[in-house]
Amino acid sequence: MNKLMEAADVVAQLQDGMTIGIGGWGPRRKPMALVREILRSGLSDLTIVSYGGADVGMLCAAGKVKKLVFAFVSLDFIPLEPFFRQARQAGTIEVAEMDEGMMLLGLRAAAWGLPFIPTEVGLGTDIVKVNPALKLVDSPYDDKEWVAVPALKLDASLIHVDRADTRGVCQIAGPDHYMDDMFARAAENTFVSCDELVDSDFFADPGEARLVFWERAATTGVVHLPGGAHPSSCSPLYGFDVAHFKEYAGYSKDETGFAGYADKFLGATEADYQAAVGGLDAIRQLPLPVY
Amino acid sequence: MTYSLAELCICAASRAFEGDGEVLATGIGVIPRLAASLAMKTCNTDLMMTDSEAFMLAEPNPLGQRPEGFRQANESWMGFSRIFDNVWSGKRHAMLGPTQVDRFGQSNTSALGGSYQQPKVMMLGARGFPGNSISHPNSFFVPAHSTRVFIDGECDFVSSVGYNPERLPRGHSLDDVDIRMIVTDLCVLDFGGPGHQARLVSAHPGISAEQVQENTGFPLHIDGDIPVTAAPTAAQLEIIAAMDPHNQRAAQIKDNPPGDPAPGDRA
Repeated sequence: MNKLMEAADVVAQLQDGMTIGIGGWGPRRKPMALVREILRSGLSDLTIVSYGGADVGMLCAAGKVKKLVFAFVSLDFIPLEPFFRQARQAGTIEVAEMDEGMMLLGLRAAAWGLPFIPTEVGLGTDIVKVNPALKLVDSPYDDKEWVAVPALKLDASLIHVDRADTRGVCQIAGPDHYMDDMFARAAENTFVSCDELVDSDFFADPGEARLVFWERAATTGVVHLPGGAHPSSCSPLYGFDVAHFKEYAGYSKDETGFAGYADKFLGATEADYQAAVGGLDAIRQLPLPVY
Repeated sequence: MTYSLAELCICAASRAFEGDGEVLATGIGVIPRLAASLAMKTCNTDLMMTDSEAFMLAEPNPLGQRPEGFRQANESWMGFSRIFDNVWSGKRHAMLGPTQVDRFGQSNTSALGGSYQQPKVMMLGARGFPGNSISHPNSFFVPAHSTRVFIDGECDFVSSVGYNPERLPRGHSLDDVDIRMIVTDLCVLDFGGPGHQARLVSAHPGISAEQVQENTGFPLHIDGDIPVTAAPTAAQLEIIAAMDPHNQRAAQIKDNPPGDPAPGDRA
């Protein structure tokens, strides 16, 4: 089955009001080109589930988000994501705040077809007070109370990977696949952008196949978008763009706000965007972060 | 021997990991990470550590850009999904820097003021604090000890559990909670007072117990003469310098003051 499509085809399969999971972690390996395609579209009222970075900040700033399911939103070296902060402090989005591991359990529950997974995470904290979706339940095996993390069922997931073939075999070659396998499994449809499109026999090498974290049946569509994680990183191909993130954050203090950023960079197509940020070669030169 | 307040804090904080045995030490931020690294090289060589990305290390990495040809001492993979397998096993001790800490040792990393729907100041979010605090020991580092951090009421948002009987989950005991140590620019605290009250363990050179109490929004258990926080040894300072070759520690506490100030300088 050939699953190759364009970014516009992905957005055409999304609808207002959908719940959309976004892979990656903070400023790392975010499907930013697909996020940009949503920014260019008329989509609205989305519920976003994300270990958030600029994906969340941009979607909030552009008014695309009705509700956010999150544990943090951060650019790491800029700890507080500026446009997410603005949206929260303006009270313009609904939120369902969770613990990082709790979100993993919610995605697992959805992936495994369970209504919930019990945990002690969240007990005693305000997480269980402010998030009405988190119920306290009894155990049939002990007298303790437990938190039931409900399945985080996703209408669609958006993920960026290093490599994929047209059948939807996806490789994450960087040091961490984060929770992307669970995002892929928790979603009705999973759309993956890839930096490199490869022939299927690329995966014949067991070392390469070992870096595939979900089977192709969990991939709905593949979009070839080299540099598509920019300004987030796609290790080992490129690091995150510190200068670009700083400029982006600067717009939160500028009177033009996010519209100013979008005017300068977003463009009508990904080619416009890449031209505005210096081109693919410049993206591929971005150094990997040192922690 | 001269040393900075940051170095004093690193050495004091390293002792938080002393009796931990074979657990993952996670220090978030420069001083906690150096404290965990120092502990792994001195008082608890069984500690485990990550590269702050996705691998476990047999030897802690120095901070910042490393020389050409540097090869980190990987020993296993430890991506973020696997971290939770470790966290929920309890074999971890995290040292973190929350924005608020209350008298119960509960902390806040999420939001300040306003309402939950519209906070006055939005911060990071709860991150992993709820799961960390119910699963394994936690310690805190606070670079500017004040009543804004150590507040008089309860945290605006409780991200991590402490010794609050009102919030104790059914079937749990306050003794399950382990807020191990708080190191600040003024002192070392723990929760070893009566009924898990916050206790002043030691005051840094030039700091009085009264000064610590004045800058804390809740009453501390202060029993008798409070010892002075132990000065770093030459061996400790050498390890710290090797772990932090770009001297990032100098930027962690305002004005990078000396650890052993002239009399009256920090009063």
